[in-house]
Amino acid sequence: MEVFATALPALGDAWALILQPIVLGYLVLGVVMGLAVGVFPGLGGIAGLSLLLPFMFGMDPILGLALMIGMVAVVPTSDTFASVLMGIPGSSASQATVLDGFPMAKKGEAARALSAAFASSLFGGLVGATFLTMFILIARPIVLAFGLPEMLMITILGLSMVAILAGRIPLKGVAAAGLGLMVGTIGEADAGGSLRMATYDIPYLTDGLKLVIVGLGIFAVPEIVSLLRQDRSIAKGASLGAGWLDGVKDWFANIWLSVRCSIIGVIVGVIPGLGGSVVDWIAYGHSVQTTKDKSNFGKGEVRGVIGPESSNNAKEGGGLVPTLLFGIPGSGSMAIFIGAVALLGSGDIEVGPSMLQDNLDITYSIVWLLALANVVGTILCIAASGGIAKLTTIRFTYLAPFLFMLISFAAFQSGQNFEDLLALFVIGLIGIFLRRFDWSRPAFLIGFVLSNPVEKFTNQAFQIASFRFRKSFGEGMEYVFSPIVIILIVVTIVSIILGIRQAKMIMAEGEVQSGSKRAPLVFLLAIMAYLAVALINANMIPDYNMTDKIIPLVIGYVSLFCCVVLLIQMMRRPEGDAIFADKEVAGEDASAPHGLWSTLAWFASLIAATWVVGFILALIGFLIAFLRVRAGSSLQMTLILTACGIGFMCVMAGALNRDFPPGLLQDMVDLPWPLK
Amino acid sequence: MTISNFTRRAVVGLIAAAGLAAPVAAEVDFSGKTIEWVIPFSETGGSAKWANFFAPLLSEALPGQPTVVVKFMPGAGSTKGANWFQEQEHDDGTLLFGTSGSTQFPYLLSDPRVRYEYNDWIPVMASGTGGVAYLNAEDGAKFDGSANALKDTSFIYGSQGATRLDLVPLLAWQMLGMDVEPVFGIKGRGDGRLMFERGEANIDYQTSSGFLGGSAPLVEAGQAVPMMTWGALDADGNIVRDPTFPDIPTFKEVCEATDGCETSGEAWDAWKAFFVAGFPVQKLAFLPGDTPQDVVDTYTAAFQAVTERADFADISSKRVGKYPVFVGDGSKAALQTATSVDDNAKQYVLNWLKDSYGVELN
Repeated sequence: MEVFATALPALGDAWALILQPIVLGYLVLGVVMGLAVGVFPGLGGIAGLSLLLPFMFGMDPILGLALMIGMVAVVPTSDTFASVLMGIPGSSASQATVLDGFPMAKKGEAARALSAAFASSLFGGLVGATFLTMFILIARPIVLAFGLPEMLMITILGLSMVAILAGRIPLKGVAAAGLGLMVGTIGEADAGGSLRMATYDIPYLTDGLKLVIVGLGIFAVPEIVSLLRQDRSIAKGASLGAGWLDGVKDWFANIWLSVRCSIIGVIVGVIPGLGGSVVDWIAYGHSVQTTKDKSNFGKGEVRGVIGPESSNNAKEGGGLVPTLLFGIPGSGSMAIFIGAVALLGSGDIEVGPSMLQDNLDITYSIVWLLALANVVGTILCIAASGGIAKLTTIRFTYLAPFLFMLISFAAFQSGQNFEDLLALFVIGLIGIFLRRFDWSRPAFLIGFVLSNPVEKFTNQAFQIASFRFRKSFGEGMEYVFSPIVIILIVVTIVSIILGIRQAKMIMAEGEVQSGSKRAPLVFLLAIMAYLAVALINANMIPDYNMTDKIIPLVIGYVSLFCCVVLLIQMMRRPEGDAIFADKEVAGEDASAPHGLWSTLAWFASLIAATWVVGFILALIGFLIAFLRVRAGSSLQMTLILTACGIGFMCVMAGALNRDFPPGLLQDMVDLPWPLK
Repeated sequence: MTISNFTRRAVVGLIAAAGLAAPVAAEVDFSGKTIEWVIPFSETGGSAKWANFFAPLLSEALPGQPTVVVKFMPGAGSTKGANWFQEQEHDDGTLLFGTSGSTQFPYLLSDPRVRYEYNDWIPVMASGTGGVAYLNAEDGAKFDGSANALKDTSFIYGSQGATRLDLVPLLAWQMLGMDVEPVFGIKGRGDGRLMFERGEANIDYQTSSGFLGGSAPLVEAGQAVPMMTWGALDADGNIVRDPTFPDIPTFKEVCEATDGCETSGEAWDAWKAFFVAGFPVQKLAFLPGDTPQDVVDTYTAAFQAVTERADFADISSKRVGKYPVFVGDGSKAALQTATSVDDNAKQYVLNWLKDSYGVELN
């Protein structure tokens, strides 16, 4: 085995490089910094790495790598805190964790969910690294075998998970996914640059909506508002049931699921251009399909946490393959990583094909530094999980203002426009109604996340396929129906069939009572109106830009058709049918002491005040008013908490070199940071 | 004034000034301050790499050694950031702004979103790059220094969009009479190269650093054949061989050897104008328009000191490519070169975009 003859010495060299005390010290430093910035959903890795960049210039390569990898590696681990405790999807890699992790926290099992997640992350990371050590040597031809038709099929496999997550009325799930896809097409088209549901007069829309904002709006805002209305702690009864040891035991009991999902994670991570957007959904779908008793999914099934969490750290390892071997970043943080590697040392390490020939020892160091960083990060996280889980026992009214603060700041960082806050509010409102009327929010998010890949790969694959068909029919067929594509088609069909059978048992929103016809009908009509407008808008794109209009048209018509069928069903079925699910009829929301609009008005007031006086001043007013009026705390307590909140915000933003949203006041007068 | 005359004058000035820009002893002191270098792109692009390379060097060279941080303001293909910078006024000299070819092209093509005016800003540094086009092995075998044998082949090219820097290769191939079909919607040249490696595309181009890092190994392995570079400009504004790739012919040479391709006339002038705007002066650093002269001089002196570092040639060739860096008056001349396109050339390109790709920019 010639391959191993070169690999083994390189692996030995790599370990010799890693196992120096100073290297390990830098790694731990990176991990700690990564955990500290990981609290900002959707920002962590990129912000942290950008912060490190100035120090990378001329730094000893192995030390610089240890520092950076320590930081990148813990982001998919640390963002689990937000997913489980608050229902905030920290990054695209932890969206699926929210589905079962957050219900577990609500049941008082936050520590168990967290430690199960961390144990799975750790294991996933190690399985990933072991697999990669062998795989990286033969990865190039395999990666190159994944052309556009193959990538399109994997995207469709991800999309097929909608079948599982569609909820009790499959048509509603399909329509929700369709709506997500349509919202994902807003902005300038990739191919021809046509505008969809946007205008140059509102430049914000031409770039489309950011994943961070849609994730926060669809999952975090509705949950925060709902808990705030009920005025209780996240964990019902403010008690913690299971402890962190239970979580580790849970993971061990499901170790084979963890192994399989880790492998799924590495393999999907290896394929460039897909990154983390599908892997956790595929892992979640796999967890559901391989569980005998599916009745607990969506209500706090620990397997629903173990699956996605095993896959998302393994995916980071897999993502190293396109990054190192082809110089193509799989994620935003990997892109900065590539840039930073060029700054290291004397600039000799250049990511690309030469990494295997000239720098195999460095390549292996990177793979195992990543695994080691996982170990360090996970141990720190598990140690902290018991304490942090106590957050779920605090009365939520004390947490909510700080969560509004965090998500507003995170949303603003995605585009640094005031419109980011408006978009968060509007998407949040859509999320609230999707939740209320039991339209599948995961399906909407899957649609949104996969909108761009579906459109891009469809157009590009179609163009290249027609080019091949013009050459000869055989060549075209060979291109479109490669063995990989055929396998993926079979897997997709099986997963859709299994999914539809199982969907009725998985209720992501828990039991929802049904009520009168009016409210659900109005919401359906509103969705239909949007779809109709979007269709008319797409139809106006001239025909020579067919690539820009074909996907919105097809998806739009399919979704609208689903809505029409739903409308007919709604007209024919009696009140109280499952189709009229409405959380305001009975249950937690209906019996909540506070109304929806008055609660939402607090959030709106923060945004409105930001528009006038800028974020920090608005935040001071918001925190004081909220804590005094809504939470009814003493003046002293209010001032202490407000000072803590503002102080935390300023320290983090200052350290990360981030600005706050300015308002009209800042346009007129020059104020010093952080008020500017 | 014809393009070539204009270019020649501008480039003569540019090269001359690069050598002369004398560091002026200034009394500006940035001790304890933080300089924000705003890049209108995301953290992940080539401009980020460029600014991150210069930032620590600039920090060392400025009086008082201020911290230089690179900030990112992506949006609308950099027009958002540039429109923002247009509104900025001089405060205490701690704001620097960087642009790239993607900021220049919409400006040159009168994109409706452009609300910035390059001539209002003060350039302090400019740098360039080159580009290499290459073919797959099968079609590369038919390439004999001219495109004559390539005219019957259908080519597929992974493109970021016809109004971006890809305008230069697409127009060049069309002038050679080649049938190149762009597949739009890829996110970076790396994705284009991957498409080429998978055999889905059979023609590609990379900027110099991208070619050295990712495509040169393909050439060594016999999977790719270099076709041509876009070339470099000499002191008289003529296109000559790219110093980084002296063995690869320029587009000009290939065009001359190919039947039906002219190195004069409307098409050539248009191509050259956009090549000059996009490659030899690709990235520029600016101060706001009302910055006082002493601050401008301080920055000029600092960038001058950076380029005069003993190790500059060595470290820069690995990270940003072996191309001249223009400072002070040199960067002014560079700006002139990069942002002046003759109306005929502009109209030609606008018509070509409309006829070939259905793109209308208004």
